[in-house]
Amino acid sequence: MSNPNINWAAIDTNPKFQALHRKKTFFLWGLMVFSTIYYFLLPIGAAYYQDLFKTKVWGVVNFGILFALSEFVVAWAIAFVYSKKANAEFDAMAQEIINDLNKGSTR
Amino acid sequence: MNSTLIKWLLSAAMLYGSSAAFAGNGAVADEFKWMTFTVFGVIIAVTMAITYWAARTTHTTSEFYAAGRSVSGIQNGWAIAGDYLSAASFLGIAGLISLYGYDGFMYSVGWLVAYITVLLVIAEPCRNIGKYTMGDILAFRNDPKKTKTVAALSTITVSTFYLTAQMVGGGVLIKTLIGIDYEISIIGVGILMLAYVVFGGMKATTWVQITKAVLLVTASIILVLMVWAPYGFSLPGYLGSVVADPDVQKQVAKLLGDKAAIMTPEELGQRFLEPGLFLKNPIDQISLGLALVFGTAGMPHILMRFFTVPTAQAARTSVIWAMAIIGGFYVLTLFLGTGAAMLVGSEKIASVDAGGNMAGPLLAQFLGGGENSMLGNFMLAFVAAVAFATIVAVVAGLVLAAASAMAHDIYVGVIRGDKATPKEQVAAARVASGIVGVIAITVGIMAKGQNVAHLVALAFAVAASSNLPAVFLTLYWKKCNTTGIILGMIVGTVTAIGLVMISPNMTYPKAVIAGANKVLNGEPALPAKEAQPAVERSSFMCELFALDGCVLAKPAQPASAEKLAKPGAAEKLAGMNAKLSTLEAMLAALAADPGMLQKAQDDIAKVKKDIAAVEKAKAKAEDDLKKFEGQTSSMMGLEKPFFLLKNPGLISIPLGFLMVILGSLFTRDKRAEDMWDELYVRQNTGINAEAATAH
Repeated sequence: MSNPNINWAAIDTNPKFQALHRKKTFFLWGLMVFSTIYYFLLPIGAAYYQDLFKTKVWGVVNFGILFALSEFVVAWAIAFVYSKKANAEFDAMAQEIINDLNKGSTR
Repeated sequence: MNSTLIKWLLSAAMLYGSSAAFAGNGAVADEFKWMTFTVFGVIIAVTMAITYWAARTTHTTSEFYAAGRSVSGIQNGWAIAGDYLSAASFLGIAGLISLYGYDGFMYSVGWLVAYITVLLVIAEPCRNIGKYTMGDILAFRNDPKKTKTVAALSTITVSTFYLTAQMVGGGVLIKTLIGIDYEISIIGVGILMLAYVVFGGMKATTWVQITKAVLLVTASIILVLMVWAPYGFSLPGYLGSVVADPDVQKQVAKLLGDKAAIMTPEELGQRFLEPGLFLKNPIDQISLGLALVFGTAGMPHILMRFFTVPTAQAARTSVIWAMAIIGGFYVLTLFLGTGAAMLVGSEKIASVDAGGNMAGPLLAQFLGGGENSMLGNFMLAFVAAVAFATIVAVVAGLVLAAASAMAHDIYVGVIRGDKATPKEQVAAARVASGIVGVIAITVGIMAKGQNVAHLVALAFAVAASSNLPAVFLTLYWKKCNTTGIILGMIVGTVTAIGLVMISPNMTYPKAVIAGANKVLNGEPALPAKEAQPAVERSSFMCELFALDGCVLAKPAQPASAEKLAKPGAAEKLAGMNAKLSTLEAMLAALAADPGMLQKAQDDIAKVKKDIAAVEKAKAKAEDDLKKFEGQTSSMMGLEKPFFLLKNPGLISIPLGFLMVILGSLFTRDKRAEDMWDELYVRQNTGINAEAATAH
């Protein structure tokens, strides 16, 4: 499985790879934590903040329905934000590392 | 070989078609069944053509398991949606919304949010590291034989639980929809699914899933347009008319019981859009939410879909598409469910199927013009056929996942030490698919009439407590090693299964017998009660386990009036039969007045229907009494649940993670450390990832 021609440890210590790793970790964990908290606000709110959820906002449409719908919007927004960032930034950074490797300089 | 294949498939299809002759009662009326079978026939023909086409290009292992890694991101997105939107989510959630309003919709949110985990932490690394199975990912830096064995066992466990739930649910559903016998439905689903998988491998399975997802989404959009258009696509306008509907208000009153007495009709209607009619235990919901959010990313049939695309970028695209389709679909269920509650009526929906599964199909029938119209029945037939395609497609994906674990991980990886020729590997894959398929059919038939509700919860809980911690920590934690993976997966699986076995999901004979006796003998009168103050729970553990000396929290109870005795089934029947004979006696006298005659005839039809419903309940109660006679405890020897949550995720998921971490910290594994650099660089850059086969 392992390819003897590639020095993986060298790539790992390559500053470009380290930069990619740092950016990705920060970004992914941020989105993951935010989305998990936002999701669990729904069952918690529906159970313990019923008065808020029952407040009518738009005709018969109450806060609870809007909040449930917002869960969908937030999920889509996270997907959109992540794909933008990954397409524009992470992919280019990874490509640079691959290019360096093909040129034979991983340092 | 191909001509015999076609002959065999044709005869299978005919066997299926001829089962129409044995069909009993279902939601589709007898005179319109031919339409359902025609739509079925067309769908079967299309999917068989796909299988034939796919079979011609499925020769290598990569083609069989991963469709040659040539599925595009968009195609894979549709296929993931097809794999994920099972009959439970298609019919079940619309049904829950139609019966319980807001809570049903809230329930659907977690199924979409789950894909954020898939998108952010699982899809791309898996594509870059994996080959065909979850076992491949884990074996990358851990001991291959040990981890592949554990991963395969876990994959087969999760797939079998989910598969059984799908098979039993599907069999019951087809019976309710078109009245085909349960066993014939299971065999029909099994034969079709086997044809797709064995001959067409992943390529056929993928395209069957795409076809099904497109049909499902199209059908839902059409129904929602028909429901919503009369209100000019205004959300408050539409929901305003839902809450003003007497059927909806009646349903809420029924759910609330005594509390409804002091509410105005407007308040009752509005209550339908408020939380708390179905989901009563917030801790249970959080536990289920955890299992969904972490379990989906550990589902082997979902993981496997990421091996079918050419690059990590395509894997990303496919999750984005899947999220758009799945999320869009769940938003539509809000309209399908509330539309069915308003137009069809909750009472009618529940009378066909107590769980509400028929809400969508009945809504289609209503929108097309009702029970006796051609278009109404065509639409019902179409939705029924889509439901059938749904079951087959989901089952095919699961069988392929279980078969790959059996053939690729166990046979090729462990038994043959990765030394099988490509030809042997494909043969092993086909044989394993056959074995899993036959097991699925057998288990499906054996589980007839069994309570399988816990199996879906169990599948997600095991995936979240065993698969996800192992995959996640292998990919992201340098110190993770073989011992940790094995310990975590075993403890995660055993805890999840163990807790479900002692949970309220199981059947407890005492409760069933008490319920049956209530139906047969009625309930005695209860004296009026004074107001009760609120009670606080004794400790948090009491929310989770039925410990000695536990006091559960209870809100303050207002004083209640005396409750009258409820009659038993025999007494009810006698009363109804007396009413029926009075009405029938009146008929002759009313012959001169067509208006009154019509009304009397309607009343007679209604009483007859009520009698049938009571007789059905009576027969079921008698059946239950016979079935559980003399039993006092569940399979596990319990009289009542010891673990109080329906989903074990809250305990088993943290435990699974903890065990991987502890196992890894207390042992050293040189290979796992040495391979870390390679794994981490490869998962982030895609260097050396499995390439697509050129076509």
